[in-house]
Amino acid sequence: MSEVILTPPLKDADLKKLRIGDTVYITGTIYTARDAAHKRLCDLLAEGGELPFELKGQIIYYAGPAPAKPGAVIGSIGPTSSYRMDAYAPMLMAKAGLKGMIGKGKRNEAVKAAIAKHCAVYFGATGGAAALLSKRVKQAEVILYPELGPEAVRRLQVENFPVTVINDVYGGDLYEEALKAYQEI
Amino acid sequence: MRTITYEEIKNTVAELCIKSCNHLGEDVFQKLKSSVHTEKSPVGVDILKQLVKNALIAAADEIPICQDCGLAVVFAEVGQDVHIEGSFTDAVNDGVIQGYADGYLRKSTCTVLARENYGNNAPAILHTKLVPGENIKLTVAPKGGGAENMSALKMFPPAAGRTGIIDFVVETVCQAGPNPCPPIVLGIGLGGNFEMAPLLAKEALLLEIGEKNDDPTFAAMEEEILNRCNRLGIGPGGLGGSTTVLAVHIKDAPCHIASLPCAVNINCHAARHRTKVI
Repeated sequence: MSEVILTPPLKDADLKKLRIGDTVYITGTIYTARDAAHKRLCDLLAEGGELPFELKGQIIYYAGPAPAKPGAVIGSIGPTSSYRMDAYAPMLMAKAGLKGMIGKGKRNEAVKAAIAKHCAVYFGATGGAAALLSKRVKQAEVILYPELGPEAVRRLQVENFPVTVINDVYGGDLYEEALKAYQEI
Repeated sequence: MRTITYEEIKNTVAELCIKSCNHLGEDVFQKLKSSVHTEKSPVGVDILKQLVKNALIAAADEIPICQDCGLAVVFAEVGQDVHIEGSFTDAVNDGVIQGYADGYLRKSTCTVLARENYGNNAPAILHTKLVPGENIKLTVAPKGGGAENMSALKMFPPAAGRTGIIDFVVETVCQAGPNPCPPIVLGIGLGGNFEMAPLLAKEALLLEIGEKNDDPTFAAMEEEILNRCNRLGIGPGGLGGSTTVLAVHIKDAPCHIASLPCAVNINCHAARHRTKVI
């Protein structure tokens, strides 16, 4: 397990070096999107349309932040449960070139297969460490669907945003491996 | 007869929303801190340390522990000798609206199919009990969606018994895995009926971490569930380890001779609730 610093857009060569359990610090631009935004983006792709922003090589952070207090860049912002985006993630990887996802919790087999097929990665951030993670966000702006409130798409500039590789291009699954290592039954 | 005003109820609910979201209860905080010394996995230890640090930052900056400030679950014990000026339900909902706005808390209530956000986190999920006396005891327990989605209810036949219940709870935790933000707290409702068991489970989440059931039979079940869950290997953040469940609390109620309802309400490590008597 190693420590890596990555800046999107992510390249296949970088993604092939990642293994489950690696700690990655992301510096640069990432985008937030949750269920509602995913549905709209995938509806656009399904109709043959273009996405309103470039996702090629980019990372989506499954997160809906708390409102920023006056003077703050953003409110608390931890990951939401990723399985809710399983219905949409393969299409974003296949049709829009999405390379990275940050969330928490398990992905289904279709997502894991898409990660391997399209050379992508699923990162876990610490669920519930939302106040701590907010300190790594240096800029934030709503770029799409403001009417969705916390579910709007935001462009974030992050610095050393800490994540762990959960699913890599080789089909590895950190949750499964970690469970095997520590279960006593 | 004592009069309690709409304003007092509203302001108290607002204050409790903000405090519960920004300040982790001392019992949970101490349990996270002590788990740092008992967790077997180095990665797990690191996650627990992050959670302790997170709680300290949230309290110092007065920002939410978790961005998911939940649905506002409100338990009210209303003294039957209280006269309330105005609508009690409106006062509670207005308190939620005020608290979530003034506290810069995330608003998460939406319509069920169109998924349109109400933008104010109202309405509260309000449970009101009439009790003797001339006070109102208000508890606000914000509940995030991640852990709530992993919760479960099963209507067992009585033959399932103690073993069936324990197996079901452990299986529910096993299936949830990393999703509900472990280490988690388990509220278990046993008995009652189809709608009462989950309410008992929710009420069980309001107990102090580690508080044992008065009944030795239930206390032994709590301990067995805790030990079995912590041998599953899920660990902090689901990244492996021995700290999967911080506490198990059972609440029971009489049930029908044909039924053995069992509800498991999972709470994340941001196990939030605040109470005030007015």
